[in-house]
Amino acid sequence: MLLDIRNLVQCFGTTTVLDGLSLQTGGVRALVLVGPSGGGKSTLLRILAGLDVPVAGSVAFDGEQLPRDEPALRRYRRTVGTVFQAYNLFPHLTAMENLLLPLMHVHGLTDLEARARVREPLERFSLADHAHKRPAELSGGQKQRIAILRALVVQPKRLFLDEPTSALDPEMTAEVLEMIGELKDHGTQFVLVTHEMGFARRVADEVAFVGDGRVLAHGPPAEIIDRCDVPRVRSFFARILS
Amino acid sequence: MPRWLAHIIVVILFAALIALAFSRVDYVWNWDGVWEYRQKFLQGFGVTVALSVASLVASTLIGILAAVLLGSKHTMLEAVGRVYVELIRGTPLLVQLLLGFYVVASAVGLENRYVVGVLVLALFSGAYMAEIFRGGLAAIPQTQRDSARAIGLTPWQSLRLVILPQAVRLVLPAVAGQFVSLIKDSSLLSVIAVSEFTLAAQEVNSFTYSTLESYLPLAAGYLLLTLPLSALSRVLERRYRYEA
Repeated sequence: MLLDIRNLVQCFGTTTVLDGLSLQTGGVRALVLVGPSGGGKSTLLRILAGLDVPVAGSVAFDGEQLPRDEPALRRYRRTVGTVFQAYNLFPHLTAMENLLLPLMHVHGLTDLEARARVREPLERFSLADHAHKRPAELSGGQKQRIAILRALVVQPKRLFLDEPTSALDPEMTAEVLEMIGELKDHGTQFVLVTHEMGFARRVADEVAFVGDGRVLAHGPPAEIIDRCDVPRVRSFFARILS
Repeated sequence: MPRWLAHIIVVILFAALIALAFSRVDYVWNWDGVWEYRQKFLQGFGVTVALSVASLVASTLIGILAAVLLGSKHTMLEAVGRVYVELIRGTPLLVQLLLGFYVVASAVGLENRYVVGVLVLALFSGAYMAEIFRGGLAAIPQTQRDSARAIGLTPWQSLRLVILPQAVRLVLPAVAGQFVSLIKDSSLLSVIAVSEFTLAAQEVNSFTYSTLESYLPLAAGYLLLTLPLSALSRVLERRYRYEA
């Protein structure tokens, strides 16, 4: 994907969260956003995912501008997938029903077609045995993997993943990251917000460091994580990697 | 010990206590006089059931409407909902009934006391329902609305497929509890001379001078209606207890 963000501004009340953020990437498949909490990563991701409209600025994916009106944004959201930190699944539905809901009610598949569509992915990620369970009966890792699957089975152009492992223990984190890694190997494009630097290094084509409402540095992972000459970025990694 | 056995033991103990109290006051029972009027009790009971069902349906509709007003972004509409809820919940049903029947209904020429009774009861209960519904909707976390939007649902689909199914499960126990109150509150309709269950007991009492024999069947009759509802409320609470 070619991402072109120009002068993005987002405010909540009197707080400015994005302060003229700009970013142009080359053709990347996996873009990873890193940076301090409250720096604007999640706010940026929500705009990219078409969930919020910025106060000012523009975003274009592959030359296509993101719309600003709700009906057009809804059409856009139907072409992408988004996974949040936690509580993605609808607790009154089973894992299977969670997967079927967007396929049937948003994408117009019949029950049979939708079930056929989810069968193979459920098998591939060893989730078929859990499909009949409600979210409350699933582990945190299983919940997130079902959530990623729900975003995936509608065959989106790209995924937006907002700290998908930050509510998980290390073992479940590993299981979710492994899944995301596998998706990348199969050609899925995504923008990921994460604090897992080891994973960012491994999976990212490009890393963007978001702090103080701007992109302070971006480039190949090693360049940003190990050799960045921006003091703010260097001190961040020095602290968390020591 | 199983729960039902514990319940039975407590009921027996409680009955024994009551029996002891009666034995100490040497109450002379006169069930024959009251038995003569059993038809009146049955009729009153039937009217109470009918009034309760009608107010139950009406108060649910009013509650939904008022909950929408309470959640409105429009200041004026929100104010209408808030004033309604607070006025109704803050004043006695007795006053509302008397005002409703002798002033409002008379002013608009509505003379059927049964219709007025159901309307006032429904407006009364609807204020409590509104708060229950509003609370249920507010209890659905923002992430659920975000997830619904993220998968591309329209606002109406999100309400129908995601928000309402969860909110209904949340509020059902409280709604069943409110229905119990509503059934008992219908006894106040006797003050505007609606021939329901309580008025029947009052009349039988004035004919027979057998106060307890007139009112004990009344208590039993209300329990007959409310106990199944309470049980239903508990069953629903258990069935829908899942964490997010």
